[in-house]
Amino acid sequence: MMGSLFYNIKQAFVQLFRNRGMSAASIFSILAMLLILGLVFIIIVNINLFGEIAKQDYDQVEVFIEEGSSMSDINDVMDKIRRRDGVVDVRYRTEDEALEIMKDRWGENGYMLDSLEENPFPASIVITVDSLDNAAEIAGYAGTFPIIEDVKYYQETVEKLTKITDFLQTACLIVMAFLVIISVIVVSNTIKLTVMARADEIHIMRYVGANNWFIRGPFLVEGILIGLIASILASLAVTFVYKEIVDIIGDQVFAIVSSPLISVRYMATNLSIIFLALGCSIGAWGSIVSMRRFLKA
Amino acid sequence: MITFDHVTKMYSSNVGLDDVSVKIDKGEFVFLVGPSGAGKSTFIKLMLKDIDVDSGEIYVGDYHVNKLSNRLIPQYRRKVGTVFQDFKLLPKKTAYENIAFAMEVLHKPAKQIRKQVPQILSLVGIADKADKYPSELAGGEQQRVAIARAIVNNPHVLIADEPTGNLDPATAWGIMDLLNQINLRGTTVLMVTHAKDIVNNMDKRIIAIDKGRVIHDSKEAYEGPMEEEDLVKGGGYE
Ligand SMILES: Nc1ncnc2c1ncn2[C@@H]1O[C@H](COP(=O)(O)OP(=O)(O)O)[C@@H](O)[C@H]1O
Ligand SMILES: [Mg+2]
Repeated sequence: MMGSLFYNIKQAFVQLFRNRGMSAASIFSILAMLLILGLVFIIIVNINLFGEIAKQDYDQVEVFIEEGSSMSDINDVMDKIRRRDGVVDVRYRTEDEALEIMKDRWGENGYMLDSLEENPFPASIVITVDSLDNAAEIAGYAGTFPIIEDVKYYQETVEKLTKITDFLQTACLIVMAFLVIISVIVVSNTIKLTVMARADEIHIMRYVGANNWFIRGPFLVEGILIGLIASILASLAVTFVYKEIVDIIGDQVFAIVSSPLISVRYMATNLSIIFLALGCSIGAWGSIVSMRRFLKA
Repeated sequence: MITFDHVTKMYSSNVGLDDVSVKIDKGEFVFLVGPSGAGKSTFIKLMLKDIDVDSGEIYVGDYHVNKLSNRLIPQYRRKVGTVFQDFKLLPKKTAYENIAFAMEVLHKPAKQIRKQVPQILSLVGIADKADKYPSELAGGEQQRVAIARAIVNNPHVLIADEPTGNLDPATAWGIMDLLNQINLRGTTVLMVTHAKDIVNNMDKRIIAIDKGRVIHDSKEAYEGPMEEEDLVKGGGYE
């Protein structure tokens, strides 16, 4: 058993090298597919995270106060808001509290906030509403006070986000299926060349009574090897690129949408697993497809 | 051992075999002769289940060949050694490796392979050529390697499709001696050939077919249609 595994792996390397042009083509085709897939995955996962964080604010409207506003002005606004229908609670949130809350909310990503040089969160009034339907109206009312700089409420955003994420997920699946099929075709064509080059050998194997899996073995390993190499390259490339993205624009993204990017480590681990599984399956599938004709009894 | 029972095989309009019934006993040595296109290769391909019958039954040993499922074909072929006119050796393997390969395919233990390959090499008379590649061997020597490969797994039957077709007469007789010797060890041998002098000088059973039908089946010398030019035509295998 070990002997035949070794035989297969050795054969696969030899064939891969003899056919290096086509092997490289196959590897790059799977690589390209995995990279596109990785990009889509990165976008989806980050949007999902943003959606999750945003959802926590479903029943709240947050109004941000212009810097330097007096406490009496603030209290005055709060009183007025408190008297509105549908308002359950009105609380003042200091800048420091805002930072702490963000840290809590980001959970394991919270450490990212420690690296900020100054607290970017303004003080705010947090209004809890009894129903989401009132959020828009109360937000509109709160926005009319001169000391209020900005109003943030998430109902629409979250709904839009859900729609976008769903759409992207579907699109991603379609693109993926398409890419997988193309990769299988490319890989199976590469392996078909090596199979044809070894048609005599396959014939002889069949005459001496080798079973199909013995004959397939080296080609299967060859396909898996192609997939493995492509997925390792893809994992390295995506991890590197994602790390750069996080380093360069992570802070800006956070400033714009108040949500962190998923950590590089999380992304790298999950993408590598996906890449390995997908790359190897495509390779194996491609090789089985390429051999079908030769193994009809 | 080998039974063909009313076997018919057509290739669209060409006749391959036409209602052939033949019985070969265990331990027999049988020549299968006939002109080109007679159906000899068809007979052998049917036996190897390379192709399927249109009608009739084929039995080889314990196997009902025409009913064999794809899954069992490899197992069946291990019981049937095959030798071809063009040797079909792997060019990048030495004589030793070509034979060992046939054992590796069957997952034989390395120890057994190391023991048996030299034995079989000396049995076929080329112990000193173990490390030579096919390109470094003469035709007769290559055919000996092929025969060694065919019998190393102790098949019930050895099928030889024109094994001397590419060899000069002296070398051909050497191969015939070897096949005879293998037959004497108990292996049933079925040999397809064009070589009249061989067939009529070995005192073996001769089955002649023409246009897909058996026209002669006895130990008597066969004088019917058969090709004179026996060095050219191949066995018809890819
Ligand atoms: N694959 C095939 N397709 C069509 N006709 C074939 C095929 N193989 C053999 N034949 C025909 O079947 C007949 C018997 O062929 P074959 O068994 O190869 O004869 P032999 O080996 O005795 O020369 C011939 O007429 C040949 O042309
Ligand atoms: Mg023929």
